[in-house]
Amino acid sequence: MSTDTRAGAGGPAVPRRPSFPFRFDELTIEAEPGQSIAAALLAAGHRSWRRTRVAGAGRGMFCGIGVCFDCLVTVNGRPNQRACLVEAAPGDLVRTQEGAGRDDLAC
Amino acid sequence: MVGAACAYHCTSAGLRVTVVERGAIGGATTAACEGNILLSDKEPGAELELALLSSRLWARTAQALGAERLEYQEKGGVMVAASPATADGLRKLTAVQRAAGIDAVDVSRDEVTGLEPNITPEVAAGAYYPQDCQVQPVLATARLLRHAREHGATVLPGTAVTGFVRDSRGAVTGVRTDSATAPLIPAGRVVNAAGTWGGELAGLAGVPLPILPRKGFILVTEPLPRVVRHKVYTAEYVANVASGDAGLQTSVVVEGTRAGTVLIGASRERVGFDRSVSLPVLRRLAAQAIGVFPFLAEVALLRSYLGFRPYCPDHLPVIGADPRAPGLLHACGHEGAGIGLSAATGHLIAQVITGAAPDLDLAPFRPERFEETTV
Amino acid sequence: MTTSRADGPYDLAVLGAGPAGLAAAVTAAAAGARVALVDAGPRVGGQYWRHRPGDTGAAHHGWAAFQRLRHGLAAHAGRLHHLPGHAVWHTGRTAGGFRTHTLHDGTEQVVESTAVVVATDAYDRQLPFPGWTLPGVFTAGGAQALLKGHGVVAGRRIAVAGTGPFLPAVAAGLAEAGARVVGVFEAGLPASFVRQPLTVAANPAKLAEGAGFLRTLLRHRVPYRTRTAVVAAHGEDEVTGVTVARVDARWRVVPGSERRLDCDTLAVGYGFTPQIEIPLQLGCATRRDIDGSLVATADARQRGSAPGVYLAGEVCGVGGAALSLTEGELAGLHAAQAVGAAVADPAVVRRLVRRRTAQRQFAAALHRAFPVRPGWLGWLRPETVVCRCEEVTVRTVTEAVTELGATDPRTVKLYARPGMGLCQGRVCGYATACLVAARSGREATAEELRGMAGRPIAQPLPLGILAAGDPGADPESGSGIVPDAGTDESSMPAR
Repeated sequence: MSTDTRAGAGGPAVPRRPSFPFRFDELTIEAEPGQSIAAALLAAGHRSWRRTRVAGAGRGMFCGIGVCFDCLVTVNGRPNQRACLVEAAPGDLVRTQEGAGRDDLAC
Repeated sequence: MVGAACAYHCTSAGLRVTVVERGAIGGATTAACEGNILLSDKEPGAELELALLSSRLWARTAQALGAERLEYQEKGGVMVAASPATADGLRKLTAVQRAAGIDAVDVSRDEVTGLEPNITPEVAAGAYYPQDCQVQPVLATARLLRHAREHGATVLPGTAVTGFVRDSRGAVTGVRTDSATAPLIPAGRVVNAAGTWGGELAGLAGVPLPILPRKGFILVTEPLPRVVRHKVYTAEYVANVASGDAGLQTSVVVEGTRAGTVLIGASRERVGFDRSVSLPVLRRLAAQAIGVFPFLAEVALLRSYLGFRPYCPDHLPVIGADPRAPGLLHACGHEGAGIGLSAATGHLIAQVITGAAPDLDLAPFRPERFEETTV
Repeated sequence: MTTSRADGPYDLAVLGAGPAGLAAAVTAAAAGARVALVDAGPRVGGQYWRHRPGDTGAAHHGWAAFQRLRHGLAAHAGRLHHLPGHAVWHTGRTAGGFRTHTLHDGTEQVVESTAVVVATDAYDRQLPFPGWTLPGVFTAGGAQALLKGHGVVAGRRIAVAGTGPFLPAVAAGLAEAGARVVGVFEAGLPASFVRQPLTVAANPAKLAEGAGFLRTLLRHRVPYRTRTAVVAAHGEDEVTGVTVARVDARWRVVPGSERRLDCDTLAVGYGFTPQIEIPLQLGCATRRDIDGSLVATADARQRGSAPGVYLAGEVCGVGGAALSLTEGELAGLHAAQAVGAAVADPAVVRRLVRRRTAQRQFAAALHRAFPVRPGWLGWLRPETVVCRCEEVTVRTVTEAVTELGATDPRTVKLYARPGMGLCQGRVCGYATACLVAARSGREATAEELRGMAGRPIAQPLPLGILAAGDPGADPESGSGIVPDAGTDESSMPAR
């Protein structure tokens, strides 16, 4: 827990609030209460957390308000969650989403 | 789709063709269907003969134009029966279908699971139809018309027919349109391929044609990997397709597409041209599809669309020359099978116009049959 | 579960809790109407007053107005229910009014009401350009939301580009938060704006606000360049730079003016697009506004063309927060009166109507000062992605026209899939319509924009939640609603 200010990899100093950790693939990310998963990932310097179905291109947050569906991630096993809308929660397991994120169903 | 198939087969037969479309190409019923080319839902009779011919012609067309470009897939159909009683009925149906020339394979519960790994374990038995195919209907329409244009056809989208031109003996010799640049299109023959609006168009020529709309919804999911391999229906589908009931009927049709979306149908309602979205119908379709593929409960619905199938009282299309208006031919009223039956329809229309002997007896499809039966 | 009061449906469901919706809800409740304020966000305020819990409003404009509305919300809590976290996916008509279906916490909720006020917000309008799908490219509103809503600065070296008065606001906020803003690149030449003195004089507060942003940019030595556009973003996996070019009055690149600029972030926006799917679901008439956006048509009382539907804010024409507040108040007054609450005071209505007229004139002047010009089509390359969801390129869209004979965007969508993905054409709809219309040498029509805007299901909805509302469903299996069969949508009159 910290209440200092930081110059995170994603951007310059902004006042912080007490933070908590969640998992992003193999990493631990700190998030502040009320922060979206996208915001926490960006603050930690991550910009891409999805690979597209057709070109396999990296994508991250674009519109930031739930309109564009570009920032999709798999959260606690549920694919296609909009990282810009879903608030990070302590202990969340967030995974980079590959394609449609439903490879478990492929046949 | 049917109009494009007529243009394709007529230009291929050396005829000069003008296609007049009120809206956008393939923008009405064609844009609101799954692109079925089915034999599995047919019972022996005139429609099955038409479907068998069409199935062969579609394969030929796909080869000529490129299967990829039409998204033509020989994916096969799987019909499932939930209860032993339905399974018995299905066995009887497949026996009759086999006798009529359909490749219908009875499959056990385990074999159904082998064909469709994601299917519910609560299946009694099934039937496999390797001849069932699919195209992307709007793309196929565009591709057929492109071929027709390359063979001399003129295509006029956004142009509505406002009336027919008749000679002194009453024969149809062309159409009038609302277009400033082509207000009058002279033609030796006019083919009515207006689908659900075919009756309206025939009315402009003074000939009644009882074609009515039968509304249907389709649900489209978010994109997925390949999760459904074939067209999968429940055995009730065949009963509903053939039903004359005016009330809402739903049965399950689930299939994947090239784009990754899963399409879920099918509802049938006779409510005129009511374009409103009915949530109860969407809910029923969703519930039934989940019954067959339980994983769908977690999958997101992205959109729904609706369309109006053109249906005739005897569930057969209208194909051929109209003796009540010489020079006018009809190619409409295919209900939910227009994509599948379009190839044979276009082919037969071309045969009639060029004076060749039709591959099929057109008597069951003759336009004047409805007046005869009411006398 | 049906969310309605014990004594029957709400008088009014207000959809959207931004400035317009908040104003409508508080005004209608003050007039005695029973109101549900339905919003997808966790807190009221919408995009304009997007804030973090405990926010003091220091970085916000019009915060005092927001505070007043929040107090109103609390003061009328007895008959004004705020329903946060409710994403509306469908609104339909019933025998006696409306039924709004939302997705809330993994279940379906239904809000029944006699009338509805649609006050859905707007989002940044986007034009595609090479590299715009690279991570590190954000919408201007996205960069703003990240800062105001989450306390995160989008990057270190940031270029801000596009057109409109929103760009200096975003850039000023980023600069104040400590980012190095390498420039604001305004494709237009807003000089024409000051040639409309009467309109400008009638809206001094708005003008002062704009001047304030420009002063902030000056203080941070951020250049504000007009007739200049970011025409490409570069980078392998993320943005590492952009190409900035001078453009002429039609936004065609001035040859030889292109230069590379290093930056790790680009925030871009070309005006705003209203969220119009609910009015379309309800059968409301729409039109193409001065700024080229498809908007719902509202009459003097803020009524849509469909009975019982009121419209307020960006959904009936993009005009900013002040106009949204005025329209919201008017919609609230008229809707409350229509459902049998207090009769609106004619003097109050007259005052609001005068204010609305001035604010709309101001908005129109802004639209005329910051138009989107067709030269952006020349920035595209064949391989540039148009539809981000389905990864449809300019080449594919063009071929749908040239090879397959499509003449309108809906047909292009059916052939080539732009707009068929998860966002349902919200991002690429405008650009696709422009791209197709440009092939015929003209602008996109309202009908063509409608062809990309209809969304019968406004939000992706798990099929299991939809199915749980089927009367035949197993009652044990779903926690969703069971609508009573008497008033379902199938009884809806044909439109």
